[in-house]
Amino acid sequence: MPAPSKNPSPPGLAAVLIAQVRPACTLLLALALITGVLYPLGMTVAIQTLFPRQAGGSPLRDAEGVVRGSALIGQPFNAPQWFHGRPSSTGNAPYDPTASGGSNLGPTNPALARAVRERADALTQGNPGHAGSIPIDLVTASGSGLDPHISPPAALLQVPRVAAAHGVDESAVRQLVAQHVEPAVLGIFGRPRVNVLQLNLALESIPRNTEVSQRK
Amino acid sequence: MLLQAWLEVVCILIATLLAACAVAPWLAAIFRIDTADSVPGRCESWLERLERPVLRLAGVWPVCEMTAGAYAAAIFVFHAAGIILLVAIQRLQPLLPWNPDQLPAVPWLIAINTAASFATNTNWQSYGGETTLSPLTQTLGLTVQNFLSAASGLCVLAVLTRGLVRRDSRTVGNFWQDLVRSTLGLLLPLAVLLGLVLASQGVVQSFGTAIEVPLLDQSLPTAAATPTKQRIVIGPVASQVAIKQLGTNGGGYFNANSAHPFENPTPLTNLLEIVAMLTLPIASCLAFGRWVGDRRQGRALLAAMAMLFLPFLLIIVRCETQPSPLLAAVTPAIDQTASGAHEGGSMEGKEVRFGPAASALFAVGTTATSCGAVNAMHDSFSPLGGMVAMWMIQLGEVVFGGVGTGLAGLIAYTLVAVFIAGLMVGRSPEYLGKKIEAREMKMGMVVLLVPLIATLIGTAAACVLPSEASAALNPGPHGFSELLYAFSSAANNNGSAFGGLTATSGFWTLSLAAAMLASRLLTMLPLVAIGGSLAAKRTVAESPGTLPTHTPLFVLLVAGTVILVGALSFVPALALGPLAEALQPLPTAAGGGKP
Repeated sequence: MPAPSKNPSPPGLAAVLIAQVRPACTLLLALALITGVLYPLGMTVAIQTLFPRQAGGSPLRDAEGVVRGSALIGQPFNAPQWFHGRPSSTGNAPYDPTASGGSNLGPTNPALARAVRERADALTQGNPGHAGSIPIDLVTASGSGLDPHISPPAALLQVPRVAAAHGVDESAVRQLVAQHVEPAVLGIFGRPRVNVLQLNLALESIPRNTEVSQRK
Repeated sequence: MLLQAWLEVVCILIATLLAACAVAPWLAAIFRIDTADSVPGRCESWLERLERPVLRLAGVWPVCEMTAGAYAAAIFVFHAAGIILLVAIQRLQPLLPWNPDQLPAVPWLIAINTAASFATNTNWQSYGGETTLSPLTQTLGLTVQNFLSAASGLCVLAVLTRGLVRRDSRTVGNFWQDLVRSTLGLLLPLAVLLGLVLASQGVVQSFGTAIEVPLLDQSLPTAAATPTKQRIVIGPVASQVAIKQLGTNGGGYFNANSAHPFENPTPLTNLLEIVAMLTLPIASCLAFGRWVGDRRQGRALLAAMAMLFLPFLLIIVRCETQPSPLLAAVTPAIDQTASGAHEGGSMEGKEVRFGPAASALFAVGTTATSCGAVNAMHDSFSPLGGMVAMWMIQLGEVVFGGVGTGLAGLIAYTLVAVFIAGLMVGRSPEYLGKKIEAREMKMGMVVLLVPLIATLIGTAAACVLPSEASAALNPGPHGFSELLYAFSSAANNNGSAFGGLTATSGFWTLSLAAAMLASRLLTMLPLVAIGGSLAAKRTVAESPGTLPTHTPLFVLLVAGTVILVGALSFVPALALGPLAEALQPLPTAAGGGKP
């Protein structure tokens, strides 16, 4: 039961401080043991048991069971036969999960306008069939630099190029994109989006149709 | 689509309020506010069983009530011990187990900055999580401080409340008991619950540190040292993310914080993380009403906070969903307008799965509370959007604020408001039946002034030292904003950043550490002193002339005091940074000419 201390004369500052050293150190170590060892340990065991796939980074496996990436972490794509994700400003190379982060370019920094223009030029050249404007997410770097998603218009823009370079039917690719659109939760939370790595992995499953590409 | 964005914002706020209402009775039951001889609460025996073994080990069982002086000394010693332990863990990192990547000892400056940062609930991060700290340092060092710094904040609130509730009392509770109860009785169960839900959505939790996968596109330019493999860092993340959100800490496992898909993988986790950081500060207000035996008092303080929060929320969501004028001038044309399929708006530094509106809500929530976690890079926000984030911090972290410290800080503002009102009507000021006198006002002014003095002096110092001002990444007024944001964040224990700043020099690490420590200790200790001096007073009987402190008029008065102090102190500085940036003509290079 808590009870008021009965010491009438106030002790000196040093004595007051020293009196707290033992409880401070003991409690720090005891609570560190509970919240810094037992808690993360217990959580790891519980989560590995309940959600083993998520706990290990949501790996994507192909038909042979080989891990091809993570469903949550984007990969860099450059060749024309793949859908491209968003620009990335991670540390050493694009989409480097050992140094996540954004560009931190300010909203009026000319360097941002320059970078966006260069990306937009590259997209126009890489997708000659595209006439309209370019969705904003495809020319701006994400906050993590690992954003696995692009918006549906950003995926549709790339369909003709990907279909031609992959040698597959454009309508099949378009259909594939439509299948991979993740809608907002309950129509409210989040934005509709397409996971680029999953879409590209699915591309491999479309049978190649050389006649289509020749006709073009 | 804009309608959907607003709907999302409103739904998240409603979810937050429901969560806070659910947690408030729990929080209220954790502390014994009345004196020891009062009737014990319903949870008392359960809490005693929980705390007894730990307190007995520390030699403070049976629990003795402390004077305000002893309580303040305990807080001080506990912070000091926490900092020493955290520095030691970082320096000894290579010798300690569970360091699979064999990371070296953290450099002294970074170690000191990080220790000060996590012990003060700031969680400013001058290191990159993935490449600097081993999993052991993250859990045994950082996760522990995430719990304990939040718990200390609650203790201060408890002392202040005891001051208002008790009469003729020399004591204000026992720090060790309050600390153990808020850690084990409240924060730990909540963190376990949140961590499990987050993990179900994809937040990683693992003893391993990385998985390596070959890249699908092997045709990437080989001229640069572009790797053909991707090294995906994992670790004990869910356990840390849960408490960094709940405890308004904000220090993420990864460099990109809650923008990283492993910390915040889906719109649902985004919702939960926003709810989590706002819940305890809001629940504190409701619990305060229960403690003082008049729930209207708690609701009035919450209303004052909401009154300051909502206009800022409207501005930042509006700013971030607007097209960026800089990019509107770019050719080929960029589609920035909202449409059925994508929201448009400012997307630099933001994630597609959240979109600009939910990112803006996260930003204003994380700066209103002293959380400081980010799910988008504030540095790339529109000029006025970034200003909202900065100003929320500069208001002294009392609009929701940190766990415990936020409401305690607002009560200090309330005392000032009562004092001003007392001067206006010519009555001696009182709050909840306690006379507010010179000692409380002096201490209250320290609480108000220390953070803003540390912010402005620190920013001024950084500006006049040419070698230090160059730490900013962006040119022009935005560069100044980066400096101002850094000191605002440190001196108000927020921890978010305009991330372009390279704050690793001796000046930056040490001055920010000093700002964090000063504003933490020089607000907490005076608040404890106010609690002690109020507890010793008698209660004045209510008379017809007493100023009621639950009316809309009083809410307006409190909110007005906060905004007045915040505006008078910071509008000049904001005019040099974000306001100047918003009003300046756009750089001509944006037009499409060659760089």
